[in-house]
Amino acid sequence: MPKQTFILNGKPVTVNVNDDVRVLWVLRDLLGVTGPKYGCGINVCKACTSHINGKAFNPCSVKVGDLKKKDRVTTIEGLPDTVGKKLHPMQQAWIDRDVPQCGYCQPGQIMAAVATVKKVRREGRQLRESDLDEIRNICRCGTYARIREAVEEGARNMR
Amino acid sequence: MSIAETATDAGNMHNPSSAAGSGGSGLGRRSFLGYVIGGTTLVAAAELAAPARSEAVIPSLPQVPELYDLEDLQTDAALPTSALISVTINSDGTASFAIPRAEVGQGITTSTAMILADELDLPVSKVKVTLAPARPELMFNQLTGGSNTTVSTYTPIRVAAAIARNALLDAAAIELGYAVARLRTYEGLVEAPDGTTIGYGELAQKAASPDTKQVEVALKEAKDRKVVGRPHNRDDALAAVTGQKDFSMDLDVKGALPTMVCRAPTLNGTPRRLKNRKKIKRMPGVKDVVKVDTGIAVRARTFGQCIDAIREMKVVWNKGSAEGESDQTILAGLRRAELPMVVPNVPILAEQIDADFAFAFRSSAALEPNCAIADVREDSAEIWAGLKVPILAQQNIAQAVGLRQDQVKVNVITSGGSFGHKLFSDAAIEAAKISQKMKKPVRLMWHRADEPRQGRLHPMCTSRVRATMLGNEVLSFEQRNTSVVTDFSHGLGEIITSTIDEAPTDVGKALGGLGFSETIFTLTQELPYNFGAVTQLLNETDDRFNTGSMRNIYSPDTAVASELVIDMMAKKMKMDPLEFRLKFIKDDRTRACLEKVAKEGNWGRRMPAHRAQGIAVHKEYKGATAVLVEIDTRPSTVNRKIRNAVTGPRVTKVVMAVDAGLVINPRGLEAQMQGGFMDGLALTLTSSCHLRNGKFLEASWDNYFYTRQWNVPRKIDVHIMDPGVDQPGGAGEAGVPASAAAVACAYARAVGKVPTAFPINHGEISFKPKTFVPPVPKSPTNGLKFTY
Repeated sequence: MPKQTFILNGKPVTVNVNDDVRVLWVLRDLLGVTGPKYGCGINVCKACTSHINGKAFNPCSVKVGDLKKKDRVTTIEGLPDTVGKKLHPMQQAWIDRDVPQCGYCQPGQIMAAVATVKKVRREGRQLRESDLDEIRNICRCGTYARIREAVEEGARNMR
Repeated sequence: MSIAETATDAGNMHNPSSAAGSGGSGLGRRSFLGYVIGGTTLVAAAELAAPARSEAVIPSLPQVPELYDLEDLQTDAALPTSALISVTINSDGTASFAIPRAEVGQGITTSTAMILADELDLPVSKVKVTLAPARPELMFNQLTGGSNTTVSTYTPIRVAAAIARNALLDAAAIELGYAVARLRTYEGLVEAPDGTTIGYGELAQKAASPDTKQVEVALKEAKDRKVVGRPHNRDDALAAVTGQKDFSMDLDVKGALPTMVCRAPTLNGTPRRLKNRKKIKRMPGVKDVVKVDTGIAVRARTFGQCIDAIREMKVVWNKGSAEGESDQTILAGLRRAELPMVVPNVPILAEQIDADFAFAFRSSAALEPNCAIADVREDSAEIWAGLKVPILAQQNIAQAVGLRQDQVKVNVITSGGSFGHKLFSDAAIEAAKISQKMKKPVRLMWHRADEPRQGRLHPMCTSRVRATMLGNEVLSFEQRNTSVVTDFSHGLGEIITSTIDEAPTDVGKALGGLGFSETIFTLTQELPYNFGAVTQLLNETDDRFNTGSMRNIYSPDTAVASELVIDMMAKKMKMDPLEFRLKFIKDDRTRACLEKVAKEGNWGRRMPAHRAQGIAVHKEYKGATAVLVEIDTRPSTVNRKIRNAVTGPRVTKVVMAVDAGLVINPRGLEAQMQGGFMDGLALTLTSSCHLRNGKFLEASWDNYFYTRQWNVPRKIDVHIMDPGVDQPGGAGEAGVPASAAAVACAYARAVGKVPTAFPINHGEISFKPKTFVPPVPKSPTNGLKFTY
């Protein structure tokens, strides 16, 4: 069985599994990293949103064989380390605004929010309502209003 | 002196109010009986008499829910076994309580910790609320539904906590050498007049009783509450935002490998045989393949390999339960079953409005799909799943695998949402059957595509209304719902059977002879207006579908229909919709909510073309809700483009007012109302399932259009009313009906036409249906193209 090596939350990991297994299952079923959730498996619900080399991606839709040795995969578990703190400002905003209800989608929501803020900064502009409108992550509890507030608060505290 | 004796004295010796530092004699305060349970650390439990119920005072003929509603029924059903609710004080100074309810996102572990903290004088962070496993001895007292948790558990858990606090005071009196009346408790400490303190942890064992004793206790008064009624963040928020909150599929159960089921192309089709079993068994990662009644189950190293195996399976299927049927044929069946309206004997000059609305099938699926871990052995079984009725699950699982009920351990795990879905234990039963056949532990998860296609749906229904008016008076208002059968086999049915006989006499008479569904309809529907002769009835037909309640049972559809007709009546009387409602509204609490949203939402402000306000109320769950919305139906808004999205009309502003009785946690209530609005919005505008030729077409969140960020109003204000009562109401479902109705009313006013079918976009299919064979879509491989 092929060996798959990539960097997960700052540490290199190697897993024996076929190339075509999607990264989500490598994380959850083989490595026991359960922050990214399954909600559809077809890159629609975005519950598994994580980062690859600092950008948002959905591991349900990427073959593990397509990851390179130097690719840095960050899940919600590794997000605080990216800022060297106990909590990322976006996670803190989520707590301050008491966003989660059932909490199932929230790891993905937070990872999407961080990437969205970084994206608009790369584009040299401020966060707009239309950016929030286009966040595709589903929250079946309907916490959308507090998510919008928290993304704005988290953005203010992101350096 | 044994602690037991001290505790026995508790009710008489203490003046709990002086011990609480609140003054007053305590005379006239109701006292409650409870127990200190024998053991090595302090455990207090509650036993209750039936709480007094306020008398009905409405002189006109009241509808049943005004006297006795579903909340009362569930609360009464819960009473006989409430004695078994117990609070434990641990030697580390924490209190623990296993609530016999399910946390599915509604926030009951947080609100319960708050209630306990207040009564115990302990910081909320030191109260650990967990979910009790299935406890068959609780009988009916372990069903989470009908927004009833706080309504039914509020008093019992306070009694248990108050007894624990008294026992701690008794123990402290001995340790500190002062009479109980001179001690005070705060922040988990007992303090003597000389300033010496002793912690609850240190007292826990000293306060323990060697044997179980009955004691009497009075509860804290409203003015002494420090936690209840103040905003509090969720107890599990940190775990949720760090990915540490465990759901069923995150649990590490040895050997429980990923398992999925290849399901039939048509609704409820059953498998005859798997033609390529050998090939499937040889696929990468695949360990086990068995046939069960719902399909072909595969257990593999990863879920991805289960999906790959399902896509390769060649299965011969038996027919489904609705072969050849479509939305239109089912609707025609409902029409045939509709009861005739009673034509009222009204004066010749009376005007009449007849209206007729159809509501499509909708999926109650949560984001966490149906799932369960099962480990079934020869003489025992253990299950882990999000279950709102775990005792029934335990019975059903025992039956399904041929074990005794006491051989099945059922662990209740926090769920990734429920919305009615987790009242049923479909996945847990299926997982148990598969585990038994494979002789191995299984981690069963449904594919997303399985949910709308084979999972529980809110039934299709019609609602017809006939209203008659004479001059400025309303003579009658008749509402007739006709629905595909709603499945109540989750236990609420059993509760009704056993409780209804004990309901107040008038209620018993009104409900006598009705079936489960009609009874629940009658217990939940209440039109809060003085409209003369009001009747609301339900008729059901067609039991071939997998159904259940969906964040409310009947109320959203009933409210949409009735509130739209109310706008039509107002128009006929040339009255403003708000003015009309205020004129006819029955009770002050509902009126107060309506007035609040009208004021805060600036009702009646001039709106540009294609934009309008809508206003609606709903009364249920021991409270009331009013919602005002503004909607934008300009073509430029309706046709705005977002990839693979249903955009459509946009609600731009929402103002809600909720009277939920005594509010435990305003921040949690606000969250429930905001979430309830998102549900109501989807029900009216976007979310439905389409039945074509015996199959439901939806298979993805980009097919089933639950509210997404591009539909979300940019402004949503929630006002929490204080009716000055000491009875908590329900919260989880309360926000949905008036929201759905207000959006419908606003839409009708904006487009100048009252829609007759909901959701309004049901007529068009805005997606390309995914394959039925194989029943699950391939996971994409191009994810790296969409990084951002």
